[in-house]
Amino acid sequence: MIRDITIGQYYPARSILHRLDPRVKLVCTFLYLISLFLFKSIPGYVVATIFLVSIIKLSKVPFSYIMKGLRPILMLLMITVIFNLFLTREGDVLFSKWIFTVTAGGLRNAVYMAVRLIYLILGSSLMTFTTTPNELTDGIEKLFKPLQKIKLPVHEMAMIMSIALRFIPILLEETDKIMKAQIARGADLESGNIIQKAKAMVPVLVPLFISAFRRASDLAMAMEARCYHGGEGRTKMKPLRYKKRDYLAYGVMIFYVTAVFFIGRYVPFKIWIF
Amino acid sequence: MAEMIRTENLIFDYDKRDEEGNKIGSFRALDEVNIEVEKGQFIAVLGHNGSGKSTFAKHINALLFPTGGTIFVGGYDTKEDAHFWDVRKSAGMVFQNPDNQIIGTVVEEDVGFGPENLGVPTEEIWKRVEESLKAVGMLEYRQQSPNKLSGGQKQRVAIAGVVAMEPQCIVLDEPTAMLDPVGRGEVLAAALKLRQEKGVTVILITHYMDEVVDADKLFVMSEGKVVLEGTPKEVFSRVEDMQKYCLDVPQATLLAHELKEAGLKVPAGILKKEELVEALCKLK
Repeated sequence: MIRDITIGQYYPARSILHRLDPRVKLVCTFLYLISLFLFKSIPGYVVATIFLVSIIKLSKVPFSYIMKGLRPILMLLMITVIFNLFLTREGDVLFSKWIFTVTAGGLRNAVYMAVRLIYLILGSSLMTFTTTPNELTDGIEKLFKPLQKIKLPVHEMAMIMSIALRFIPILLEETDKIMKAQIARGADLESGNIIQKAKAMVPVLVPLFISAFRRASDLAMAMEARCYHGGEGRTKMKPLRYKKRDYLAYGVMIFYVTAVFFIGRYVPFKIWIF
Repeated sequence: MAEMIRTENLIFDYDKRDEEGNKIGSFRALDEVNIEVEKGQFIAVLGHNGSGKSTFAKHINALLFPTGGTIFVGGYDTKEDAHFWDVRKSAGMVFQNPDNQIIGTVVEEDVGFGPENLGVPTEEIWKRVEESLKAVGMLEYRQQSPNKLSGGQKQRVAIAGVVAMEPQCIVLDEPTAMLDPVGRGEVLAAALKLRQEKGVTVILITHYMDEVVDADKLFVMSEGKVVLEGTPKEVFSRVEDMQKYCLDVPQATLLAHELKEAGLKVPAGILKKEELVEALCKLK
């Protein structure tokens, strides 16, 4: 169950997306996330959908695998939809009963927000699927290198991130194990209301934290034993150099953002309330 | 032969602390340990839990520093700041838990981590990564995520990560404790192959007796002291002593010992099943 969480996991494949410079992928993902909030119309979504689907196709990561990444945000998604649906008062009233009122604006906001959130997760998880955390770290490190001048520990932060990503699956597996161990001893993790359930998680979280600290200390020792001493004097196994395809990717991205911006704003096309 | 490691009255005390972190006493983990290891040897350090064998291993890599006495690794005193990195470079270390020592998310990136830290040029890193993965027989997994490997495979990757730093000596701190028998065999074979092909000194810290029968020299530790040392034959022929230190001897040795006690003329210091069979056949 808990192993199904796929966010932040690398999916090995040989695609052009996998080979792109991580800096390109980082910047493009960032632009993509912004682009999702630039429009509020069907044509805009059509362009975004075409873009997303073709990028997913290019990545050679199976579609169903990417969709699994949505599961953990399902709750968040539902809350967003419900709040938008019932709390927005805008336009015609479509439906009203007792305290629940759905307006056209509310329905529109709810649908747009849901699609945006889904696209947001799909797009950003696609980045982590096609980029190994080490590449990602390298990319972040190099992108933010100028900030080192103002004494920001860029290398250290990048290192922390990559290690965190590496340990996500391990800690998930461990959580699973601890849960089973506690269930075997008679712990009841399933029944009761939310507060009872949260309380029942304590015997899972405490051992998990202890083990995480122990792992951290082991890992620190292993890193030291392998002569890790910060970013100074370190060489790279995979140094980052822009290639032709990277410039091309930037070009495609700029084209997409412009297209989605103008089409999303200035192409008049409406179905019902959307 | 040249000297790899030498300790002179090595002492290490762990501080005991109360809940507020005040020192309330100390525990002597290493007590006047004198060990000498030559280059290219296969050395095994045996001992039950808490005997100080892991503490000793951490001294070889300058992860811990002696409270008293000295340890020389590759000719350098680990306490000298100037040679700190030389010590770590000349002695690589493989730990017990395979998950907690793999830093990279792809096998080859993890193996490259050590050379990156040493400032090795990029092309040279690639060469070293390929060579060391080949040496432990993991080359075909280079693009894989370590999470998908078995315990034995992960430990071999960890060994490759150390080998890529081209150390003179590899310290394996209970590398097989968390593995199944198949994994144990794989890891041990990989380590010994390195010794044969590259002349790397291998120091194996373990409590599995069957792993150490091929060692050049054994050190048995108990309560921070080296209590027995010698070739496996010499050490294992002292079955009672070994049992006193809560250690087993290899099964064949134990059987030979019992047979001898029972009055059969079996020579002392039998280590392997084959030797025992041969000795028994000669009896008639």
